[in-house]
Amino acid sequence: MSEMTYRDALNLALKEEMRRDPRVITFGEDVALYEGSFKVTRGLLAEFGEDRVRDSPISENTIAGVAIGAAMGGMRPVAELMTINFALLAMDQLINHMAKVRYMFGGQVFLPMVVRMPSGGGSQLAAQHSQSLETYFMHCPGMRIAYPATPADAKGLLKTAIRDDNPVVFIEHEILYNSKGEVPEDPEFLVPFGVCNVMREGTDVTIVGYGRMAVLSLMAAAELEKEGISCEVIDLRTLNPLDEATFLKSAARTGRAVVVEECWRTAGLGADIACRIFENCFDRLLAPVKRVSGLDVPMPYSRKLEKLCIPSVAGIVEAVREVMAASY
Amino acid sequence: MPQEILATFNVRRLSILDPDGNVDEALMPELPDAELRRMYEMMVLLRTYDNRALALQREGRLGTYPPSFGQEAAQIGSAFALKPTDWVFPSFREVGIHLTLGYPIAQLYQYWAGDERGQRGPDHLNIFPFCVSVGTHLPHAVGAALAARYRKDPVAVAVFFGDGATSKGDFHEAFNMAGALNAPVVFVCQNNQWAISIPVREQTAAATLAQKAFGYGFEGIQVDGNDVLAVYRGVKEALDRARDGGGPTFVECLTYRMADHTTADDAARYRPPEEVASWRERDPLLRLERFLARRGLWDEAYRNQVQEQVQQTVDAGVRAMEEIPPPERSDLFTYTAAAPTPRQAAQLEES
Repeated sequence: MSEMTYRDALNLALKEEMRRDPRVITFGEDVALYEGSFKVTRGLLAEFGEDRVRDSPISENTIAGVAIGAAMGGMRPVAELMTINFALLAMDQLINHMAKVRYMFGGQVFLPMVVRMPSGGGSQLAAQHSQSLETYFMHCPGMRIAYPATPADAKGLLKTAIRDDNPVVFIEHEILYNSKGEVPEDPEFLVPFGVCNVMREGTDVTIVGYGRMAVLSLMAAAELEKEGISCEVIDLRTLNPLDEATFLKSAARTGRAVVVEECWRTAGLGADIACRIFENCFDRLLAPVKRVSGLDVPMPYSRKLEKLCIPSVAGIVEAVREVMAASY
Repeated sequence: MPQEILATFNVRRLSILDPDGNVDEALMPELPDAELRRMYEMMVLLRTYDNRALALQREGRLGTYPPSFGQEAAQIGSAFALKPTDWVFPSFREVGIHLTLGYPIAQLYQYWAGDERGQRGPDHLNIFPFCVSVGTHLPHAVGAALAARYRKDPVAVAVFFGDGATSKGDFHEAFNMAGALNAPVVFVCQNNQWAISIPVREQTAAATLAQKAFGYGFEGIQVDGNDVLAVYRGVKEALDRARDGGGPTFVECLTYRMADHTTADDAARYRPPEEVASWRERDPLLRLERFLARRGLWDEAYRNQVQEQVQQTVDAGVRAMEEIPPPERSDLFTYTAAAPTPRQAAQLEES
């Protein structure tokens, strides 16, 4: 184990997998000489050369499309879209092709590819550069979606994504890039898809989060412990496949649940999680499930207003208190 | 300071065989008589396959079908230019390539009957499945070409599309990236002059589609798309260049869609009959017949023999297609991913 940032953990995962398998290549806007807009591809060009680490023109749809073609052509491409916001330009390739190629071609063609995309708000980048669009991808069958919350998961999930024979949308939180944590050095350290991380065990209430929301939930749990409330914090890790068994079992045991989502509340993924808990644990629930969500507005540019739109530790603490006070 | 001319471009048009069957010997590609006859046989096969598809569709045995009538030379000429190791990304109106490469006819009909398992091509054919979404497979071809180059595999990738696709963003992005990264890809446009009801003159203000390539740093050439020899030569030269590291080329095959866009369309509502009639005189099959006859390679007896043989091949394909059992319920999720998600597994159980 060694302590490193989420960014360095992603970088290490890329390096290890590129060393392990010559079919792994990476490309995108500014990934080679510039080493990535968030420096996740640092050192890759120097180590692996321009055949495997390539800058591309500003053509998001074709970055995704070229990754699809390269995967069809026997590579295991890792494409970088500068942020999830620009993935909207690539949605036709991602939804109409990447997610459907295996199905429409009768299983003959499969796409062992990863599309990495930094995501999330909180850096005062305004409405078009701060979005949390994970639900858009989660709605569509045919792809895997990983969203690490910790440096260890950043490494382990990205390595699993690269080795997976399914197309993977890999979402990274921009604010987490500098977060630090212990990361196993073992080059065979993998975090499996479809297995939640129980970040903290507890008995009174289950908090379900993902990405930065899982990190905030853990901080809220520490606050709530001072009030004598024992929170179980569950990080989904992958949005598809979704390990509902773990959070359903937890919610059935604690009888109370709070779901934290960074995306907009309307039709957000938290609604799906809450619904699963209602559908499966209704008779075990002591109070209605509560959701903490992003506000249904375009992200404000103003720092003050932006803060109001993104779930916070205080907001999660408040939601848990309300769930604890409520009953049927 | 006087103004300078920084760049000028010449758009070439290649034509070898005229409508009367006369050939420009200087440009005539080296093709043995047997190959010239096989080109003819494949064009007859395509037309017969096509007519049968229309009949099957009217009988409710196929779904919506896009006919190739009039575009046989553009398809067969391109297919003959390919090496077996090259890769093909077709759109949905190039079954002549499938037929020439030996793709099972039963599977082509199976697909158009609504069974996606028809897309699972024989392993020895480097042909990707149909792309029905207009122009969206151009980036895939660029990616596959880059992958081939990375693997040091000296092949070319050919991607086929229609004139309508040249208005898509994918066309721009894929052309630009192919040029910037020197991808071994050949873009082949069957400019049949109609994107459903939109004529090519309303699709673009450019005098030719071929000239668009120059803006991306590589050559575009227009070939007479109803001249199988010109198509063959134009596409072959482009493929050779791509294999030799010369980068991409755009080949515009100027042809004409003699039929409706699909069986769901009625082109008589928007196309002047004189225009259609004028192209009937430039029929690519008739042109090749005349040429072969001049060379002593074609007569009525040969034509009858080819038609009979092709009819039997197509009949056998239809019979084989109808013997394929429909997919099973369990196939619902089989191909969505390497393994089903827990929810998919549960949905299959419940369905």
